[in-house]
Amino acid sequence: MKVLEETLDARIPDGPIDQKWTRRQGELKLVSPNNKRKYSVIVVGTGLAGGSAAATLAELGYNVRAFCYQDSPRRAHSIAAQGGINACKNYQNDGDSIQRFFIDTIKGGDFRSREANVYRLTELSTNIIDQCVAQGVPFAREYGGTLDNRSFGGAQVSRTFYARGQTGQQLLLGCYQAMMRQVNAGKIKMYPRTEMLELVIANGRAIGIITRDMVTGKIEKHCADAVVLATGGYGNVFYLSTNAKGCNVTAAFRAYQQGAYFANPCYTQIHPTCIPPHGEHQSKLTLMSESLRNDGRVWVPIKVGDKRHPDQIPENERDYYLERLYPSYGNLAPRDISSRAAKKVCDEGRGVGPSGVGVYLDFRDSIKRLGQKTIAAKYGNLFDMYQRITDEDPYKVPMRIYPASHYTMGGLWVDYNLMSNIPGLFVIGEANFSDHGANRLGASALLQGLVDGYFVLPYTIGDYFARFKKLDASVDHPEFDQAEARAKDRVRTLLSIDGKRTPDSFHRELGKIVWDKCGMARNADGLREAIARIPEIRQEFWENVKVTGSGEELNIALEQAGRVADFIELGELMCRDALAREESCGGHFREEHQTDEGEALRDDEHFCHVSNWKSNGPDAEPDLVIEPLVFENVELVTRSYK
Amino acid sequence: MNLTLHIWRQKGPSDPGRMVTYQAKDVSPDQSFLEMLDRLNEDLILRGEDPVVFDHDCREGICGSCGMVINGVAHGPEQTTTCQLHMRSFKDGESIYIEPWRADPFPVIRDLMVDRSAFDRVISAGGYVSINTGSAPEANSIPVRKEDADLAFDSATCIGCGACVAACKNASAMLFTSAKVAQLSRLPQGQVERKRRVLNMVEQMDKEGFGNCSNYQECEAVCPKGISTQNITVMNREYLRASLSGA
Repeated sequence: MKVLEETLDARIPDGPIDQKWTRRQGELKLVSPNNKRKYSVIVVGTGLAGGSAAATLAELGYNVRAFCYQDSPRRAHSIAAQGGINACKNYQNDGDSIQRFFIDTIKGGDFRSREANVYRLTELSTNIIDQCVAQGVPFAREYGGTLDNRSFGGAQVSRTFYARGQTGQQLLLGCYQAMMRQVNAGKIKMYPRTEMLELVIANGRAIGIITRDMVTGKIEKHCADAVVLATGGYGNVFYLSTNAKGCNVTAAFRAYQQGAYFANPCYTQIHPTCIPPHGEHQSKLTLMSESLRNDGRVWVPIKVGDKRHPDQIPENERDYYLERLYPSYGNLAPRDISSRAAKKVCDEGRGVGPSGVGVYLDFRDSIKRLGQKTIAAKYGNLFDMYQRITDEDPYKVPMRIYPASHYTMGGLWVDYNLMSNIPGLFVIGEANFSDHGANRLGASALLQGLVDGYFVLPYTIGDYFARFKKLDASVDHPEFDQAEARAKDRVRTLLSIDGKRTPDSFHRELGKIVWDKCGMARNADGLREAIARIPEIRQEFWENVKVTGSGEELNIALEQAGRVADFIELGELMCRDALAREESCGGHFREEHQTDEGEALRDDEHFCHVSNWKSNGPDAEPDLVIEPLVFENVELVTRSYK
Repeated sequence: MNLTLHIWRQKGPSDPGRMVTYQAKDVSPDQSFLEMLDRLNEDLILRGEDPVVFDHDCREGICGSCGMVINGVAHGPEQTTTCQLHMRSFKDGESIYIEPWRADPFPVIRDLMVDRSAFDRVISAGGYVSINTGSAPEANSIPVRKEDADLAFDSATCIGCGACVAACKNASAMLFTSAKVAQLSRLPQGQVERKRRVLNMVEQMDKEGFGNCSNYQECEAVCPKGISTQNITVMNREYLRASLSGA
């Protein structure tokens, strides 16, 4: 691994932190209204980030082409977010403020996020609630008609706005509707069932993409003045995750192969409250909202191997370990802390359920205190979902939960303006790296997607257009031919191998390695083993994968194979990043670096930075480019939730 | 358990299509219906055959992608999405018939996958509030009664899966359309466009070829989110009101 001397300019505005965004807004150059229609923007992905960006850019007058692999933008995986969206409105009068939200987020991210970006996120959070309410998003209300709030992991105030357990759905439908309004106005052209296969760069600037129409198989070229990636995270690398089946890393990874820097790939968030896996043919894991931890108490039996029914285990033989270990946050400890604690008690042999990987999330006490009706009103749909999947009634028996891969904090590197190191390539939402550090606080992902799309990118993209000379490129540019050839060649190769293993079998094998060696806990030996093993899987994949059918038709095996190929390379990159980061922070727990009490041990002297990887092709080691993180407003302290 | 599957296979919109029989062996009752099909697909790929194409994504019952007619019922025997249907709902040795949504406005793309873009066009005709980003008033400046917010939410939970259309004799999209009309007409934010919205959305719905409601309520019976046909009553009232006042 070579560390390059290069310095990355994050373009953070000068001045006090609470004035940086205002200052930047003043500096940003504008495109006049009658010139905006001369510019075109490609937005890949139509979740909360892509959908809000596409709608807003179109409102402003730009010509937008939006792409998604689903049959409709309304189905992007943002729709599955359950719990809520954070905003420091201080409606509860419980002492919330921008400053407090900012500190919670920096601390929650274990001091590995960029201060200026985080401050902007918290500052704009209040506008987001106004925007969504104005769209008709039916947030939960108090009887007096004002908005209700709940609390979430990592915070001691109630700043989470919610719409029952379906907040993501309601927010996504809000921005989907805003998009559809612009489709109707002719300002957005929508390309559903289309996936991006290549990024096209000419003269150092992103000028377009190559796509595959997933119904006809047609490979197409699209040229634009800027490309926005809003393609979400890469958590599906683990095979079993809470991500939708189609979530993939292809678009971001092709950008990486074309020179975009991939930042902190080893930061994956393991969510503490998922339904435990049940068998080897399982296709995905289901998340139970973290908001359940407001009223549910987490426990395991004190005795190792205690297989009694939970009803038979008396109070004094239960270990409410989160309340015991982290008394001031208790069941609301942040996600990485809660996940690791669950793994620890299961590793000790105190896990519950048939597989022994699970802990109880028990509502007995809150049902006794508040009544079943109140609990049902708060979480009813989650309880129903749990019962449907497990065939157990969580009103009567405690839920069983276990951590699972959920959200990825790593992603493509972006500057303060959300532009990658390739001019004209913007990256927003989960696909970028900047706001969550090494761990994401609950209910902040929805916020980041929407803030990026509604309130940041629409300003900063105009500055790019105004500063750079307008592109005179078209799809006739030779770079388009080369990119198209790469995409077609890949499809042809995948179809020609005709081996003996399905794409899914490779994905499961990869996922198991990455979960075991680069999951909730990592160590140098395991990571080295994975870095040796994954290229072997890659080689076997390209020799032995079986893809039926042809490229000129709807071909699900081909889609899967292409995505698995990228996950294999990404998995290796994650392990390299985890090995290089000789410290523990947030979701990245290196077993060699822990306190005597088993807590994560950061090394601020050597690792208070963003690790950016620069590709040298699939067969060569990538280079490292470091962006130091500077903390001027928050003191670097050891996180404590005790 | 072991099952006999009769699955609709259709190469493309112009292909006539036919039922093909497959055997599914060692199916675990804890598997979801789609996981059972995943396994069948892996076997098919290894045999060099094309896997069965079906829509799916979140597999948590919320994205609305999945949907097939199972033994004649949209989404199958339980009132849930196909991805949340588990094999424990079936018996060992059973024969299962699996078909795509059948409705003219939902042409078959391939096998069990259909084109539901007509729904997007219905929303595009007016299923929104025309507010531009950045011009929103302070959220608490417009109070909404909790009862209204809850009712609006009940309507807003529609996932757009299309089961209502598939279950309806007339392939009516009134449950889907009315859910959006009812949601927005119950909120203060939706008032300005209230009349125009319902007229435009109904017009688009007709243009797409969806039929009329004949009050069989099959749509409500199969809706995985329990969207009530009372929404249709609301929409009819909204439509009448808008037509009479000459919006």
